[in-house]
Amino acid sequence: MESTVKQYTFKDFASDQEVRWCPGCDDYVILRAMQKALPEMGIQKEDVVFISGIGCSSRFPYYMDTYGMHSIHGRAPAIASGVKLANPNLQVWIITGDGDAMAIGGNHFIHVLRRNLDLNIVLFNNEIYGLTKGQFSPTSIVGQRTKSSPYGNTQPPFQPGELAIGAQARFFARVGGNTPKEMTQVFVDAAKFKGTSLIEVLQNCPIFNDGAFSKYTDKTVRQDKQLFVEHGKPMIFGKERDKGLVLNGLKLEVVTIGENGITEDDLIVHDAENQDPTLHQMLVRSEYPLVTGIIRSFTDITLEERVDEVTRQVKADSSFAKTDDLFFSGETYEVS
Amino acid sequence: MITAKESPQQEVLEAVVVRFVGDSGDGMQLTGTQFSDTSAMFGNDVATFPNYPAEIRAPQGSLYGVSGFQVHIGSVEISTPGDNVDLLVAMNPAGLKTNLHALKPGHTLIVDIDSFSKKNLEKAQYESNPLEDDSLENFQVIEVKMTSLTKETLKDVQGLDNKSIVRSKNMFALGMVYWMYNRSTEYTIEFFNKKFESKPAIIEANTKVLNAGYYFAETLELIPNSYTVAPAKMASGTYRIIMGNTAIAWGFLAAAEKSGLELFLGSYPITPASDILHELAKHKHFGVKALQAEDEIAGISSAIGAAFAGDLAITTTSGPGLALKGEALGLAMMLELPLVVVNVQRGGPSTGLPTKTEQSDLLQALYGRNGESPIIVIAASTPSNCFNFAYEASKLALEHMTPVLLLTDGYIANGSAPWKIQSTSEMPDIVPRKLKSAPDTWHPYDRDEETLARDWAVPGTAGLEHRIGGLEKDKVSGNVSYNPENHQYMTDIRAEKVNRVQKYIPHIKPEFCSEGKLLVVGWGGTYGSLYSAVKQMTQEGHKDIGLAHFNYINPLPSNTKEVFDKFDRILVCELNSGQFITVLKSRLEGYKYAQFNKVQGLPFGNSELVEKFKQYL
Repeated sequence: MESTVKQYTFKDFASDQEVRWCPGCDDYVILRAMQKALPEMGIQKEDVVFISGIGCSSRFPYYMDTYGMHSIHGRAPAIASGVKLANPNLQVWIITGDGDAMAIGGNHFIHVLRRNLDLNIVLFNNEIYGLTKGQFSPTSIVGQRTKSSPYGNTQPPFQPGELAIGAQARFFARVGGNTPKEMTQVFVDAAKFKGTSLIEVLQNCPIFNDGAFSKYTDKTVRQDKQLFVEHGKPMIFGKERDKGLVLNGLKLEVVTIGENGITEDDLIVHDAENQDPTLHQMLVRSEYPLVTGIIRSFTDITLEERVDEVTRQVKADSSFAKTDDLFFSGETYEVS
Repeated sequence: MITAKESPQQEVLEAVVVRFVGDSGDGMQLTGTQFSDTSAMFGNDVATFPNYPAEIRAPQGSLYGVSGFQVHIGSVEISTPGDNVDLLVAMNPAGLKTNLHALKPGHTLIVDIDSFSKKNLEKAQYESNPLEDDSLENFQVIEVKMTSLTKETLKDVQGLDNKSIVRSKNMFALGMVYWMYNRSTEYTIEFFNKKFESKPAIIEANTKVLNAGYYFAETLELIPNSYTVAPAKMASGTYRIIMGNTAIAWGFLAAAEKSGLELFLGSYPITPASDILHELAKHKHFGVKALQAEDEIAGISSAIGAAFAGDLAITTTSGPGLALKGEALGLAMMLELPLVVVNVQRGGPSTGLPTKTEQSDLLQALYGRNGESPIIVIAASTPSNCFNFAYEASKLALEHMTPVLLLTDGYIANGSAPWKIQSTSEMPDIVPRKLKSAPDTWHPYDRDEETLARDWAVPGTAGLEHRIGGLEKDKVSGNVSYNPENHQYMTDIRAEKVNRVQKYIPHIKPEFCSEGKLLVVGWGGTYGSLYSAVKQMTQEGHKDIGLAHFNYINPLPSNTKEVFDKFDRILVCELNSGQFITVLKSRLEGYKYAQFNKVQGLPFGNSELVEKFKQYL
């Protein structure tokens, strides 16, 4: 099958529509990363579907030369579930933002993760409402001054990964909005993962929340403040690659290799595939270092597989081939 | 097994209404269903209606825990479950208290006197025992020690606990009623044998009690004679008794098979629509995909996704659920995707009366969305034609690329009636507008010249990749457009597309007379009530009253005006405060309209309709 798939370049996935995000927005980076990732996935263009909700991020499908739907606020996970159940051969992407996924669409967001259909979610988290011009979102930090919180936000935020893993997410990754190479790779890995994958992109909004993530994502600090985890590798970070994570009781602790007798062998080796999410939750919550990369990737039976199994069994046991067999079965009687 | 025999004492009746009432746990639904099924097998026309409490296990003996089942059988055409009853079977005081008002004076009441204990009388809020004071003197009361007779009948049956013994007393009542109406017990015994295949003690117990009730009635001097209701004259064919909600589900199964599409249902449980979800969830052998979603919005949204991906997509709900689906329904209209939404109406507003019937969602169905968002609205009018209208809704959605809202109500959804089984092979063709491959030139919003429907280009088809969305679209490319003229054009064409459906739906045909003083107008589930009442008027000699009952509401049938022109007055009867009449007045001006409305959670009664009609003749 692989050989019959057309060889695409990123240009094949760009639609004829002019991109209309604000200059300098990380959304451009995400768009380009996706257009570059798709040719790596070995999939026919006509089998790719992007479903979005409402918000800046949700204009995304218009810019992709694939099938797409720009739907209504918060409902993309439910619509995408219908697409995938109707035709499991399709590769389905949900494009959403922090408000779309975790405020108005919170219910669909947790349930799509729980069900585990084989689809992918890209969450553009900019910790602000952009399209409605600057109100706080469910991920805005306490104290953040916005148009709707002129004296500072009083509502504590969600940590998307924590919420997602609590809702039984099997795949969770986080990437900075200014690291296109890592992002492209994570998109490819997410597509290959069988089950629902969620990728949180820390997406800078240059207009309403500029610099929200700069203390982690700025080129000057990135290596010292971010730990990019890889499955099977020790948790090392820092410009000098001398910092690492160990487990001290029930807490993560940052250590320096070479100090107090610490060697690389003492560091935690990342196990993304562990069913037990305890350590994944700790990584998600860690503020220093901020953990990026694929934090959790636990392969589980998908909803399609469960549905398939039940359907096959029912079909095998049933004597109904056509609707007429049902209609004329059981308690019928003749009138002459 | 007892085979019914002609007896010299039988009185022949045209039609009879029987109501079984008792505690939620007394098995009244089963008793009623058995009586109606047996009567249907005998050849009667039947209509049934269950009446059960909203509480799942209401306290025993309480007034609000009463469960009832009404059966109307006839040798003549039966179009409603009937208003007043000829025979009331009351298994406890609460049942008697809440249902006696429906029993016709002079008619028969059977009571289980064992249940008339002091405690039960108190629970039913009786100050004195109605069997002992003179409050029942206008009725023929048959007092039966049903519980003790049942216990006595089963004293030698092994392997039964006391609870199972007492629970079979409903079969004693059924046996009595079978004798009174000269029905065979054969069908019900067959039913026991199938249903309790692995529990021989239960089969034996139920059969014994059923027969005991039958023989008890036969030997009882208190029952002067038995009645017979002869078979009705019905079109020949194979029949079954079907409930409206089942018929809806089966109509969709037939439409999916005929159109060659897979059926997708996205739904969230809600009374009284859940039975459609239950029924479709059973039919995985036909490839039905039934998703119980996390909420009403996800129900319709998943269906929109399935419609985009090429399935026959359905969502089912009742009033409050339709309110939640409003925004998504607007999206489906904007996307111009095929989608069927079933609203089984119940008493509103808000949570309202979930187990009662009403027609108060008509305006919500027509207008309950933001912006200019016309869709097709149709309504089924009998339990059995729910099949046809589910099929028709699917056909219209698929061929005209638009959402269709199908209205039913609790009355026809839970009611049952004989259905002359329609083979799917004999149903009209459904031709979805799905493109199998990319044409030379194609745009997402190219339209058919006749219907104005766009093509259905589903993901997976090479060369047809395109984007659609809720933002206003360019009239050809479907790309986002803020152009003022384009918005006007698209608004107009979406409306015109729905209007053109008029060419594809049948004319309205007035019944009883097509010219005269009074045209009774109704829509949806009130058909049976209105039909019986107008029929009665006609039989009483009124020759200038007609009935026009609408199944197509948006658009209206194209000949509606011509039909209205022939009558002096148009009387619109609805189970709401006047919604259809509001629509008619705005679309068809210049008629002398009158209205008759009822919002009590109940269907129209025959006498109130007849009385109203007479005011205008």
